Amino acid sequence: MNHRFLLKLSGFALMACYAASILAGAGARPNVPPSPAPDTPAVKVGVLHSLTGTMAISEVTVKNATMLAIDQLNASGGALGKQVEPVIEDGASDPAIFSQKAQKLIQQDKVATVFGGWTSASRKAMLPVFERFHSLLWYPVQFEGNECSSDIMYSGAQPNQQIVPALDWAFQKGYKKIFLLGSDYVFPRTANLILKKHIVQSRGTVAGEEYVPLGGTDFSSVISKIKLAGPDIIFNTLNGDSNVSFFKQASAAGMPPSKLPVMSFSIAEQEAKAMGASLVAGSYAAWNYFQTLDTPANKKFVAAYRAKFGKDAALDDPMAHGYIDVMAWAAAVRKAGSFEPDAVRKAAAQLDWEDSCMGKIKFAGNQSLYQTAYVGQLEPNGDFKILWQSKEPLMPDPYDQLAFPGKSCLIK
Amino acid sequence: MGEGGVIAGQIFNGISVASILLLAALGLALSFGVMNVINMAHGEMLMLGGYLSYLACRVLPGPGGFLVALAVAFGGTFLFGALLEVIVIRRLYGRPLDTLLATWGISLILQQGARSLFGPIGVEVVAPHWLNGSVSMHGTLAGLDLPYVRLFIIVLAIAVLGLVALFIAKTAWGLRLRAVHQDREMAEALGVNTRTVDLVVFALGAGVAGLAGSVLALISPVTPTVGQSYIVYAFLVVIVGGLGSLVGTALAALLVGLFSCSLQIFTSVSLADVLLLVLVILFIQFRPKGIVVRRSRAIEA
Repeated sequence: MNHRFLLKLSGFALMACYAASILAGAGARPNVPPSPAPDTPAVKVGVLHSLTGTMAISEVTVKNATMLAIDQLNASGGALGKQVEPVIEDGASDPAIFSQKAQKLIQQDKVATVFGGWTSASRKAMLPVFERFHSLLWYPVQFEGNECSSDIMYSGAQPNQQIVPALDWAFQKGYKKIFLLGSDYVFPRTANLILKKHIVQSRGTVAGEEYVPLGGTDFSSVISKIKLAGPDIIFNTLNGDSNVSFFKQASAAGMPPSKLPVMSFSIAEQEAKAMGASLVAGSYAAWNYFQTLDTPANKKFVAAYRAKFGKDAALDDPMAHGYIDVMAWAAAVRKAGSFEPDAVRKAAAQLDWEDSCMGKIKFAGNQSLYQTAYVGQLEPNGDFKILWQSKEPLMPDPYDQLAFPGKSCLIK
Repeated sequence: MGEGGVIAGQIFNGISVASILLLAALGLALSFGVMNVINMAHGEMLMLGGYLSYLACRVLPGPGGFLVALAVAFGGTFLFGALLEVIVIRRLYGRPLDTLLATWGISLILQQGARSLFGPIGVEVVAPHWLNGSVSMHGTLAGLDLPYVRLFIIVLAIAVLGLVALFIAKTAWGLRLRAVHQDREMAEALGVNTRTVDLVVFALGAGVAGLAGSVLALISPVTPTVGQSYIVYAFLVVIVGGLGSLVGTALAALLVGLFSCSLQIFTSVSLADVLLLVLVILFIQFRPKGIVVRRSRAIEA
């Protein structure tokens, strides 16, 4: 390549740039008004979930359920006479990005509220942003509790609405010797801390407690320990693919779920479908929503979702929470007569009982949700057969009194 | 299950973990010992083997499908390894840092490629029915079950080790390989085509790693990052075993497998990892060249 050729090439490149800028300038046309007509202004809300990365498999479906709720809301006239315009952002399975995007949504897009988050790490990363700007986050996933902020609406289950009821159910069934198995991070550690206190108080025994690094694949020693301990049931807080390794290796070692019961807290309809339901069939799960709930409200929810996202789509607990969060926000906005976060969160706690797809729900003064606990058993087709439900919706309690005595959640 | 059963069970588990480690580390030890190349993308050969067997099992779901899958995994990763050697590794000989960086980049590309093709959730290879079930022990070892899958992995690892040893000790290619290992310049001067030897060594190492990925798929899902969880242990095995020694690698794999399994039963899985690393660091202090020290100009140079 000689210099002259290079010179020509640069010349062409320059001309191309120039032409492009002229075309771009022509396209901009500054005098045309922006597309939404000014007489029907929309209100923006943020939808912030991981659309890429490891968490995408779970969070994309929650985003879908949130979008379904926003569509239905707009079809019935929107909020305070305004159409609701979702601004969708991707948290990319990275807590730091969740925090950046939350700030972008609040400052740049000026959203009225944000629906989003899944992992506790993402929630903890967004918390200071929402507190700094006094905005409002609606968080749809069950979590370990031990947190209470006036700028978050925690609709997912608190420990006393999922793991503790599951333990009560196990005791009723006569499973008193319990083995705790989890991935090594904050949710399993905190959940098991609470479980241990309750097991001891109810005169059961902790047969053993084991943690495997996130993504761990070898369970040979853990399975030996379980065999040695001889528990009645395993309480499983393993995350993601580790579940497949565990169930495969346990079955090969002569411990399929039919012989040694397993109660899982991170396997819902989506995960069961992705893993292959036949592998985990027969195991138990505790949630506040199952797709198989036989109520008119749920049938409507399932039908609406499948009409929009495909007839084979699986629905699960965090998706139901993503959906009801939008509906609760709209109701609170109506009650408050304002989009102002402080007024909305106070109004949300004063809403009446609502017959939702999950059963009767209502936000409590601590900004978490009264909800019913269910225990289901996974069938080979990926559905859960509901075996048990709490007598009434349970009062949410972020601070378990046995594990964190003296702490309580007071929100003004 | 009695005390004896637990100890026997953990020894069995240790040997089974060691078999996978051996298959994963063999290729690493070969390319490190003979070519002085540290291949950071070696873990991805494991992953590739896993996905290839997944695809093979989908095409041939029958009981013999998994045996075909093993062959496909070996052949596929062998060819991929050869391609990698010709396109990248060959051009970077004598520049260990560049090789390190380039192979790390390849590892990232392969991981992301797998994520885009197969998704972030693992895919599953269902073990054929003749591998379902287990041998149940009686008498003092009652309660102990030895799953067929793990027995199969152990047998396969021993067979592969034997075949590779035979290849190196008895074939003309093995002779050339040993010559290059001992003194690259002299072998070259005597007419050995070192480039072809390098190509064969690297491809063979990749192929064996592919086999490891294939059997690993029987006990855990194949994910884009499956190689990452084994590559660290494979490096530990190579370091403890001594560079380029087959016997050393086998012994080291056994040692690491047994150690981690016995540590796991007395402590927790996370703590066992920490203790294993501490032990390896201590070991290196006393035997910096590993279990088996081979005199080789290739390494000393």
